[in-house]
Amino acid sequence: MLSFNQYVRARSLEEAYTLCQKKRNVVLGGMLWLKMQRRSVGTVIDLCNLGLDQIEETPEAYRIGAMVSLRELETHEGLNAFTQGAMAEALKDIVGVQFRNVATLGGSIYGRFGFSDVLTLFLALDAKVELYHAGILSVEEFLNYPRTERDILAHVLIPKEGRRTVYLSMRNTATDFPVLTCALSGQGNQYRCVVGARPKPAKVYADEKGNLAEGINPESAAAFAKDVAARAEFGSNLRGSAAYREKLCEVLVRRAALALAEESEWR
Amino acid sequence: MEIKLTLNGKAVAAAVEPDLLLLDFVRAQGCYSVKRGCETANCGLCTVLMDGKPVLSCSVLAARASGHEIWTLEGLQEEAEEFVGFIADQGAEQCGFCNPGFVMNTIALLRENPEPSDEEIKAFLSGNLCRCSGYEGQLRGIRAYLDWKKGVREDGTGL
Repeated sequence: MLSFNQYVRARSLEEAYTLCQKKRNVVLGGMLWLKMQRRSVGTVIDLCNLGLDQIEETPEAYRIGAMVSLRELETHEGLNAFTQGAMAEALKDIVGVQFRNVATLGGSIYGRFGFSDVLTLFLALDAKVELYHAGILSVEEFLNYPRTERDILAHVLIPKEGRRTVYLSMRNTATDFPVLTCALSGQGNQYRCVVGARPKPAKVYADEKGNLAEGINPESAAAFAKDVAARAEFGSNLRGSAAYREKLCEVLVRRAALALAEESEWR
Repeated sequence: MEIKLTLNGKAVAAAVEPDLLLLDFVRAQGCYSVKRGCETANCGLCTVLMDGKPVLSCSVLAARASGHEIWTLEGLQEEAEEFVGFIADQGAEQCGFCNPGFVMNTIALLRENPEPSDEEIKAFLSGNLCRCSGYEGQLRGIRAYLDWKKGVREDGTGL
């Protein structure tokens, strides 16, 4: 159970940042994961009054506030059109509608959780995080950003680079954490394949051997999937063994590649 | 700390501990339909509407709810009355503990999507767990209600 002495609605990002520098203080996202911890903190910092609950669209990017809920992302027409439905596909199995109305994008990305569907998709979209102090980093860079840097995640940017995207996951039970997640995006002949819930955090795998360079067909998709599964590291937990995840990875990546090819034919 | 919010249409002001959950706050205000279930944000028993959206009150601070509009089943009896009989007719509940959460989320579903398909009903209610039933009864009940409503619209009889 999370307990704390003080609740502050920050009036500015500067105030939130200053308060956050104390190690006993913590920034609230949706509070869903945080409240599961047995932890006593000093002050919780709420960003809910800073206008970070907006999804803005510019010709170059979608700029999404850290306090935007997962449900708002799931039902956003523009984002779903832009990702060919991958946004809703990645979010729809996360517990339930009530949960997704509370969970925030900022909390999901900042946590860099191993089980994260959100992280998997946003890596495939080559998204960036906008930190109040450190500025803009790619989500991929942010994965290794030291947790000791007590920065505030203000926005997430999705560049409009004309990517096509597919999202797939495997769950033992609907609404449970995934056993494995997979997102594949393509821009021209460049592909970003992301495998998550390994159960380590999601990681990007490029088409290093050029398996897809001549186009996606059943043979090239299978070769690409085999290569990714061989390169990715997997672990075991109660949802599945490392060996099972490796097999799943090969299947999901192959299916994602074929779905991406099919999706491209419709465009 | 002081909070002010609207609960079931009435303005409420109260002094609360900073880490008080909305679930405990509404129960302290007499809204016992809101249940504490899993405490892991999974079961949907504690569902309330916050500014019209269904949320898990076990995962929202009372302090964060300050300035917002909260509705529990106590304030939505009339809206619920129209369809809960159809769910009961199907024998969808056994112990009934999950029922208020189901009803609250069904209200949210029907406000957002008045004519959902079976798949849409299942998807929207997937965050409401029932340990007695297999969910088929709830689905049949909501489907029966929607079919009745369609009948009312089309020929005025509901038959």
